[in-house]
Formats: sequence, C-alpha cells, structure tokens
Amino acid sequence: MKCKVIVFPGSNCDYDCFYIIDKIFAINVEYVWHKNPTIGPCDFIILPGGFSYGDYLRCGAIARFSPIMNDIIKFAKKGNPILGICNGFQILLETGLLPGALLRNNSLKFICEHVYLKTNFYDTFFTNAIEKDKPLSIPIAHGEGNYFCDRDIIKKLQDNNQIIFQYCNASGEVTNDSNPNGSINNIAGIVNKKRNILGMMPHPERASEKIIGTDDGKAIFQSVINKLL
Amino acid sequence: MFRVKIDVTLKKAVLDPQGKTILLSLHSLGFDKANDIRVGKYFDLKLDVDNADIAREQAIAICDKLLVNSVIEEYSFVIEEIK
Repeated sequence: MKCKVIVFPGSNCDYDCFYIIDKIFAINVEYVWHKNPTIGPCDFIILPGGFSYGDYLRCGAIARFSPIMNDIIKFAKKGNPILGICNGFQILLETGLLPGALLRNNSLKFICEHVYLKTNFYDTFFTNAIEKDKPLSIPIAHGEGNYFCDRDIIKKLQDNNQIIFQYCNASGEVTNDSNPNGSINNIAGIVNKKRNILGMMPHPERASEKIIGTDDGKAIFQSVINKLL
Repeated sequence: MFRVKIDVTLKKAVLDPQGKTILLSLHSLGFDKANDIRVGKYFDLKLDVDNADIAREQAIAICDKLLVNSVIEEYSFVIEEIK
C-alpha cells in the first residue's frame, strides 16, 4: 500500500500527515509536489491543511488549478480514497469533487480549539474503525470553516447519508452551542455520493497520539488502512 | 484593449458575517441610518482583445472559471474600451 501527501505552496500540515502514516502506521508514504503532472503509484491521497497560495482569491481556489489536480480528479473518479483536511477540504469543494463551500466563520475569528465530532455513518473508507457512538475529540484550526450549501444540496447530503461528521458536545449531542463556526447542520465533514472522498475541517493528524492529548483521530487513518490492506 | 470592472458579492441567501459586523460598528459610530452593508470583491481586469463582444465573452469565462464561486457568490461587470 502506498499513500501520497500532496504539497502545495503554503501547505503546513503535510509533515504531520506524513508523520502519522509513516511513524504510527509504518505505511509507505511520499510527498507529491503540486506541479507534478501525475501522482504515480498510489492507493490513498491526503490533501493536507494549510494556506495554499496564501488563501488568495478564496481558500483552495488557486490550488484547485495546480497541475497535479487533473490526476487527482481521475484518481477520485476511479473510486479511490481521498482525504482532504481543512484547506484540503476547501480544495475538494473548489474542485467540485464535494458539494458546497466554506465561508468565513460566523464569529469572524480564527478558531483553534478542541471540538467533539459525532460520527453518523460507519460504512465509509474513513469511519469503519471508529468506535460506535463515541464523540471524537479532534482539534480545529481555521478562519473559514463555516460550511454552506443551498437547500437542494443539503437535502441530497441528508438523503444520501453524506454528512459523516457533525460538531457535537462531549455527550455526543449535536447542539447550537457545540457549533464552532456557524456551519449548516453543524457539518464538520462530508463524503461524496460514492463515499470515497472525505472532506473535513477538524485535524485528525493532530490527534493521533496520546502524548499530544488525544488519539481519537487515529481511527480515521486506521479505517482507510483497514480497507486497503 | 478593454477594461472590465468586476464586482463579486455573496449571494443574498448567504449570510455575510463581515458585513454584519461592519454594520454594528457603523451603528456604534452613530451612523444609525446605515441599514445594510455587504462586503464584496472588486477586480480590475484589462483584456488585450479587439472588440467588446470578445471582451464580454472572455470576462464571463474568467469569472465562471476562477474569480467567482457560484455556490456562494454572484457577479456583475462593466466593460469600457481603453483608447
């Protein structure tokens, strides 16, 4: 099994993702610079967090046209797993691989804190190893994570069970108070209809070792590895 | 040569937290007649093309492809010829 972490100018969680795959799971992993025209042999792609192209124009809007993206779209259409975290999620939305958009947080503040996530479905590449009904403690760190889409899209997301993660409280209840950024329906992460692409604002790569507070994020990477090995 | 002045704004259905905050600030400064304000982006594009129709066509393509995210934003523009 081979994992690739895509690196854009301004990515800053690429090393963390690489570290988790390499050191925690001992899986073969390589960086791929965004100017490469092809991904090469690959089973799993991570689009890491950061500020690709300085968030100029809109978050992810310019990265979406990086040369590597054509091959990533092909990889996605074949049903292979892609995990987009934070800025990676923004890039997936700009690419149209996932529906909707991310707006400025309703508080206008950059928020960096631990939140709880409710997992709604366990039948995906990314959630099969998550303990049932356990709220995941995973940090967020973003200024633009306020998920938005129109009513038609939200209905499709609900009908197709695509809302994978929602912000919740420590008891696992999805409440207004536990919504950190104003996202519609407390959305923290969604998959595409084929369920092979996950975009999420929280950072599981910052929550995969007990020594840094929580390893609740580890199960997300474990899920993909379980499916592929 | 043509100049295209492009305004991009959030769609009406999309909440604009920046605009809301600025409106509160205006009210606290005493501008109590300020009723609504929304934040947008402005692009000043120069196109090296021969006629206005091509300029319009190019401007629309540029907005749709890159400058505007149609999920949340809408745009309008005016074109003027640069002599």
